[in-house]
Amino acid sequence: MPVTSEKIMQRLLLAVAFSALSALLLIAVFIISQGLPFIFRYGFREFLFSSQWNPQAGKFGIFPMVVSTLWVTLGAMAIGAPLGVAGAVFLTEFVPRTVMRIIKPSIELLAGIPSVVYGFIGVMVLAPLIRDHLGGPGLSLLAGSIILGIMILPTIISISIDSIMAVPKSYREGSLALGATVWQTVRMVTLPAARSGIAASIILAMGRAVGETMAVIMVTGNSVKIPGSALEPVRTLTANIALEMGYATGMHRQALFATGVVLFVVIMILNFSASYVMRQRKARR
Amino acid sequence: MKKKALYLLFSVALVFSAGCGKNKQSITLAGSTAFQPFAEKLAEQYMTSNPGATITVQGGGSAVGIQSALSGAAQIGMADLVNLPPEAKDLSATVVARDGIAVVINPANKVNNLTTGQIRDIFNGKIKNWKEAGGADKTITVVSREAGSGTRTSFEEIITGIELVGEALIQESNGTIRETVANDAGAIGYLSHGLLNEKIKAVQIDGQDCTTECIMTQKYLLVRPIFLLTKAQPGAEVQRMIDYILSPEGQQTIQQNGLITAK
Repeated sequence: MPVTSEKIMQRLLLAVAFSALSALLLIAVFIISQGLPFIFRYGFREFLFSSQWNPQAGKFGIFPMVVSTLWVTLGAMAIGAPLGVAGAVFLTEFVPRTVMRIIKPSIELLAGIPSVVYGFIGVMVLAPLIRDHLGGPGLSLLAGSIILGIMILPTIISISIDSIMAVPKSYREGSLALGATVWQTVRMVTLPAARSGIAASIILAMGRAVGETMAVIMVTGNSVKIPGSALEPVRTLTANIALEMGYATGMHRQALFATGVVLFVVIMILNFSASYVMRQRKARR
Repeated sequence: MKKKALYLLFSVALVFSAGCGKNKQSITLAGSTAFQPFAEKLAEQYMTSNPGATITVQGGGSAVGIQSALSGAAQIGMADLVNLPPEAKDLSATVVARDGIAVVINPANKVNNLTTGQIRDIFNGKIKNWKEAGGADKTITVVSREAGSGTRTSFEEIITGIELVGEALIQESNGTIRETVANDAGAIGYLSHGLLNEKIKAVQIDGQDCTTECIMTQKYLLVRPIFLLTKAQPGAEVQRMIDYILSPEGQQTIQQNGLITAK
């Protein structure tokens, strides 16, 4: 009796584990089978590097979206990465552990806020602020970058904290014993030692920023245009898919799948490089 | 003990699947998001008077409405286009309501009337400042819908000659267009006439107000029909549902909620 139930559970769990894997496989195969033929038929260069996106007229150039995605992501990194790493350093090196134990979970709560709520705050608070003080329509590249910059904070902070904490205590003690100040120790010993973990946190955060959709649709204005400044509206790759999928048929639908292929490749590259950087660290030890 | 739990699980699953199998009169409507709320209301009323019927209403947009009526995924497709695309020619189309498209601006904007030509120039990006259209010196923020939207397609087909300016903000629903225009003093957008409220202002087009009366008398230009699409020979149940929507009771519901009746 216990043996059979054990076996049943084993099989069941195996099936569950494989179902997750097969879901990934299914999605990958589906997106690629739907999108790749279109890319070849339409022309790889024409698709990636043309600025004309007009599905009704059969024009499918995603270059403005690629550029916008890069800018929004870079903007989010410029805001989120320094804040996140600085926050992690502060929490690990400059405050007592008890304080960190309160603040860290609260920051991680940020990750639990649904993205539509971020978008809503962006539309209601951030966009009017930008419109009134900086000009432009408010819904802009800048608004998207700020919102995403905040959204990626928990990823950067918690992974960075883990990797800073993983630096052996003896490193710090050695440095302090040589007469270095806490800041000198952080700058010259702890951060370099935790470098790969911090880099991985930033790459993972980039993956999240590239993939985020709802908040971005709400705050960036979604114009298909290469932005001339941070105050202009932009449309990212994810927003392009989400906005138009409801109406897309035929070629248009395939073009959106092809957009998905491009996104998929970008995020795969980011994830692989994150795990590569992480492995590097383990290998060094 | 564990075995018992498994049996329980199976029996629960069996009960559920048995429930699904009982195929009562089930009709699915899918398509136009502009008509979706009205369809939901109508379905609710229909189900109260016909307890046996199950009506499911799904959105997805006009293109989805046409596609799902063609493929049979939905018995009734909903589409809000001025002209139905060629692939819909095998479907039987019934106009069940009409909807005005209001061109809306921020209430702070002093402009009250725009000509068709001015609207075309604004959405083309030829007019970039409100002072060129009789307003204050303020940059125009054009707000439009995504490509393929029934409202946008109808708007562009009626105004004609629009090639949307690149700077235009794109919003994915009537509701977000309304919010954007309500928040931006320089914005102009368009949305379903049933969704007008005090936060935004509808302009006159060529001197005609966007009111139910002007739409009924066909003085107002921006009007689109709402089609229900079915296979050429719809089943008796489907026909009964459409007849209900066209009945005085159904049409009254449509009118009470801000759309304009079919006739």
